[in-house]
Amino acid sequence: MTNINSIKGIVASIDRDNIDTDQIIPTEYLKSIKKFGFGEYLFDGWRFHDQGKLGMSIDQRDLNHDFILNKETYANSSVLLTRDNFGCGSSREHAVWALRDFGIKAVIASSFGDIFYNNCFKNGVLPIVLNKDQIQDLFLQYENSGSDMAINLETKLIDTGNNQISFNVDDNLLERIIYGLDDVDITLKHKDLIKRFEEERMKAKPWIFAHD
Amino acid sequence: MPRTLYDKLWDEHHVSKLDSGESLLYIDRHFIHEVTSPQAFEGLQKKNIKPWRLEANIATPDHNVPTERGDAFSTQHIDDEISRIQVVELDKNCNKFGIKQFDISSSHQGIVHVIGPELGYTIPGMTIVCGDSHTSTHGAFGCLAMGIGTSEVEHVLATQTLKISKLKNMNVVFNGSTMPGVTSKDIILYLIKKIGTAGGNGHAIEFSGNYIESISMEARMTICNMAIEAGAKVGLVAPDETTIEYVKRHTFLDEQNLNNAIDYWHNLKSDTDALFDKEIVIDVSKIKPQVTWGTSPEMAIDYDELIPSNDSKNLMLARDYMGIDNSQKLSDLQFDKVFIGSCTNSRIEDLRDAAKVVDGKKVSSSIKEAIVVPGSGTVKSIAESEGLDIIFKEAGFIWRDPGCSMCLGMNPDQLEPYERCASTSNRNFEGRQGNLGRTHLMSPAMAAYVAVNGTVGDLS
Repeated sequence: MTNINSIKGIVASIDRDNIDTDQIIPTEYLKSIKKFGFGEYLFDGWRFHDQGKLGMSIDQRDLNHDFILNKETYANSSVLLTRDNFGCGSSREHAVWALRDFGIKAVIASSFGDIFYNNCFKNGVLPIVLNKDQIQDLFLQYENSGSDMAINLETKLIDTGNNQISFNVDDNLLERIIYGLDDVDITLKHKDLIKRFEEERMKAKPWIFAHD
Repeated sequence: MPRTLYDKLWDEHHVSKLDSGESLLYIDRHFIHEVTSPQAFEGLQKKNIKPWRLEANIATPDHNVPTERGDAFSTQHIDDEISRIQVVELDKNCNKFGIKQFDISSSHQGIVHVIGPELGYTIPGMTIVCGDSHTSTHGAFGCLAMGIGTSEVEHVLATQTLKISKLKNMNVVFNGSTMPGVTSKDIILYLIKKIGTAGGNGHAIEFSGNYIESISMEARMTICNMAIEAGAKVGLVAPDETTIEYVKRHTFLDEQNLNNAIDYWHNLKSDTDALFDKEIVIDVSKIKPQVTWGTSPEMAIDYDELIPSNDSKNLMLARDYMGIDNSQKLSDLQFDKVFIGSCTNSRIEDLRDAAKVVDGKKVSSSIKEAIVVPGSGTVKSIAESEGLDIIFKEAGFIWRDPGCSMCLGMNPDQLEPYERCASTSNRNFEGRQGNLGRTHLMSPAMAAYVAVNGTVGDLS
């Protein structure tokens, strides 16, 4: 797997606070037992006028042409710009899968729901937190402009063409995106540690391990 | 150094600090439902890994299950093909790996966060996870319980640990006694209104104060359940005599284990001088019944208050979606449906509360449908033994089989576009109960009031 050191592309913006994971991917599509194929249903309630079902393709749908991702300029967006508390609500990882499958590689917001934020790093989507003034400046530059930005994951810098904005993200989380790491493989290297801990716990608190 | 309850639970389960700065946290209990687990099981199979500790896992189908099942219903009877495939997949995975499941035909099947505590699988002091954000519910027992994504479900199955960083501590102190007609649902909605849906982001919230000490386990579960709606994936209440009494009634532990555990639980609380990163003190005696008017749980108001009419973009979008004009009160709105159920409010106490309001009355002719969905087979049979089903049915409610039902549009119980619903669930997001449906969150008592009167009003 090649390393992902940078993200470059069109910035789509949605000017709303508290966009919950039900908006990112409605519950109907959680019936899928697959890990891929959610991009067509991203922001389903806003992107389409009709009620969709799992399995329907875009050409069967009644498009809301006013919605940003349906505009030709934004159809291949790689970055999503939004406001406060993006990804709040349900823990569904499908929300990140939908963004990823659509082609979104980074989401920039003033804050994120905790569970969503965590889920992003497991799927190669970079969540970037900036302060509200920085977000406002980005809205001024990007809303309706159709222009792009470049994000350097190594230097943690956003290049808007006009200026550079630095962002903070935990290095270890970032490495998962850069190297596409799998947590299960990494953790199983500590198998013996976990086993030892479990045996101690079994002795100290046997009721935790009791079963009916 | 003095520690909070969360600190103690964290330390107790801390396996190792990793070079990455994160920690491996040992997971005692893992609850599984059909929606967020298939991809995790597939991941295990691809890696050729077996679950680390089978007995840690308890599964039940809840999100997709129809709630009109009657007798002798099996997975194969689910009409919706895609829903059926998902429930069948859970059956297959549980059989293949040997995971204990209360399947759709079990008399104990129910919403995962209802059956965990009532069947004794939720034990104070545990770490508990589930691919479901309302796992915070189990924090009512002094468990470090949180919702996780599907990648983490796979990680827990494979390693019995989570690789995470520690949260900050927040203390929410509820003091005082409530006015008549005010329930724990009103108290948590009030908190969410005060601190916002991002107010608890990055924090574990401990709920304390003499109000919390005075309420039942069911009421505490309602509060911890909605910690996530305040942004906190972890909600906590320290175990006390109320907790121990509940656990004694529901446990499968033998006497020796139970007694040893009780000794431990007595010390499972925040030290008196423990430091919290944030503290909020709320006097509950002034709180009126809360009802949401908009599309975020923080958009709650007193039931008799004017709906906010300011011009912020978020509020305008919400009013527009909810079909609300300027200068309206909640009582100006006509409701179409009533839903009493969900992992927030489908326990026996919730049904008793609602039944008290309904007793001897009839569902208003303006209400198209009023349903009561017990949280589990156990709750259903207790309610029936108390005659609550009769009270509801005689009033014109429909008495259903257990499941998540109309909390989310994943099974046949859904709103039609533009229908307005009085709901005891936890999320009023756009489309949550069905495409273009309009959800107003409230307590079981208020939802019952709406069923009888067609709109919200004075419960006292």
